Amino acid sequence: MAIKVGIPSALLYYLYYPLWQAFFNEIGIQVVTSGKTTKDILNKGVREALADACVPVKLFFGHVMEIKDRVDYLFIPRVVCINRKTVYCPKFLGLPDMIKHSIVGVPPVIDIRMDTRQGVFALLKAYLEIGDMFGVGKLSIYRAYRKACRMLDRYKKLLRNGWNPHEAINLLNRPGAILAKPPEPGLKFAVLGYPYNIYDSFINVNMLDKLRRMGVGVITAENISPFLLARQKNCGLPKRLFWTFSDLALKAAHLLFRQGRVDGVLHLTAFGCGPDSLLNKFIELEAKKHRDIPFMTLMIDEHTGEAGMSTRLEAFVDMVKRRKEALACQK
Amino acid sequence: MPKITFPRMGESYRTFKMLLEDLGNEVIVPPRPSKRTLDLGIRYAPEFACFPLKILMGTYLETIEMGADTIVTTGGVGPCRAGEYAMLHHKILSDLGHNIKMIVFEPPRLHPFNFIKNIRALNKSGVSIRGIISHIKRAWRKLQALDNAEKLTHIVRPREINRGSTTRVYRKVLEWIDQAYTTEQIIEAEAAALEALRNIPQDPERPVLKVGIVGEIYVLLEPASNLEIEETLGNLGVEVERSMFLTGWTRDNTWKETTEGITVKEAASPYLPELVGGHGRDSIGNTVLYAKRGFDGVIQLAPFTCIPEIVARTILPRVSKDYDIPFLTFFLDEQTGKAGMTTRLEAFIDLLKRKKQLQYSAGALTG
Repeated sequence: MAIKVGIPSALLYYLYYPLWQAFFNEIGIQVVTSGKTTKDILNKGVREALADACVPVKLFFGHVMEIKDRVDYLFIPRVVCINRKTVYCPKFLGLPDMIKHSIVGVPPVIDIRMDTRQGVFALLKAYLEIGDMFGVGKLSIYRAYRKACRMLDRYKKLLRNGWNPHEAINLLNRPGAILAKPPEPGLKFAVLGYPYNIYDSFINVNMLDKLRRMGVGVITAENISPFLLARQKNCGLPKRLFWTFSDLALKAAHLLFRQGRVDGVLHLTAFGCGPDSLLNKFIELEAKKHRDIPFMTLMIDEHTGEAGMSTRLEAFVDMVKRRKEALACQK
Repeated sequence: MPKITFPRMGESYRTFKMLLEDLGNEVIVPPRPSKRTLDLGIRYAPEFACFPLKILMGTYLETIEMGADTIVTTGGVGPCRAGEYAMLHHKILSDLGHNIKMIVFEPPRLHPFNFIKNIRALNKSGVSIRGIISHIKRAWRKLQALDNAEKLTHIVRPREINRGSTTRVYRKVLEWIDQAYTTEQIIEAEAAALEALRNIPQDPERPVLKVGIVGEIYVLLEPASNLEIEETLGNLGVEVERSMFLTGWTRDNTWKETTEGITVKEAASPYLPELVGGHGRDSIGNTVLYAKRGFDGVIQLAPFTCIPEIVARTILPRVSKDYDIPFLTFFLDEQTGKAGMTTRLEAFIDLLKRKKQLQYSAGALTG
């Protein structure tokens, strides 16, 4: 029987799952995910995690609870730094420890440290170590890693072309399947925030779908080419933001405000998110400089209701539409 | 001439004032954080920013009213939010229309040029390098004197016979140390201060619990932010040992009292091998060390939404179980009330007392 490794479908899942899945499959290990977030998963997470933690971390706990009894290992890498510049939120750095020491009865956790500041080959070394745990030869690990990296590149390209992670993962798994592209919308909003909030349609109560139904197209930081983002440098600040996702979101905000091609900017943030408390203020101060682009912050937590989210989105969309019409009349 | 101010952390402002004045600056001493400081801070700082950021925001606005136009503060390299405070404060202050100069000290080992540049910017009276070094040394000595006096109050207060006498004497001796200028004077003032504190009438027979305090540095060091928790505990008859002082000392003590002589980092590594920023790992390590040294309990103080302390708090129940040491966490913010905190502390201390009595009686039966 094949060894089963569980990957909770939360946090970094949204960016690295194709790589991990390809890697494990290639070295002959079965991957089990916890699937989409459900009410049950959320409840489990809220029960297990500390009350002061943010929703995404609570969801991660829930996803772990969901699969912990069905797998032989849990894959929770300690991802410290991938781009040699910015690190991840401290909660990501302590994630394997939080899981190991606060959930009872977790299977062995694969908590390999990934920190590219230690050298160019740090990532490869980390994957070699993982393969070594399962007694796989070095050469096959290397081949699996190469293949997984190619998979990740294809995945990122799909994301850049506007697919959301779930669609992109489906496309990767079933090559040839073609999904219907949404019709060209009238308005275009930038939705900034972290992939695990934006693309988890349960926790943000279908925000992207709602926008789509209101005829609003959405652009996220994942849709923008990394080259353009890198050119934003430190966004006029003396130091960059320390955290990878926050840094990207701030760069995306600067780029989009400056280009002025979007009709509105939404910042989706989770209640109690540490990095966001700073990021949100920085985006807000930037938005003040660009008064022609409306900006709104949407906060989600474990109690977010369908109606509340709809009301806020509808009000914002209506306001943007009327503003646009008024401007058109003036011309 | 620019008027300089800096963040206030406990009594350390006395030292920084002296140092900055020695370098020829006009200093505006930040006032003790009050209700008004908090109101100002909450109004302009982001809602979910951690508590220290809000207090500092308020303090800066208050000192600006008093005429300050330059702020000296510290930076950092992450992943704790504190490293980005200066940047955000500066942006918010500019947005409010205050034209403020920020001098941000990054860790000197990583940014040596930044350090030299900042020192030069602060050196208004053109003191020589040797002079600067001697000024810093003297300031450091004063900081140590202040810390030593504070440490002694933690031991004396639970044993004092007249409630409140320690606090009264402490207020007085702080002024003595404050007045001292040369190194000799500082040493003399320190000796007199310690002597005065020791001479407070005490009851040596009184059973006293020992509790360690761990957590985030700002809320540990600024009594206004933790609602004078040390004083409250002292009045409840508890000897407090704080894991953090600006001059740092935990390690020496550990060497003396445990045979293993392990560092905080080593103690924390079975639970949290990664540096999660701030003082998350220290909170875990210090809890382990306090348990090994036979303390009765540990109290963790953290600002609301503090990321590293949330990581630590998630792991602490396991540490508490493994080492059989009770702990209590306070997430502090502007909503924390003193009465609520005192009630929780009293309940916690009662539990510790019961636990200790049970241990004694069990020991008497079997031994």
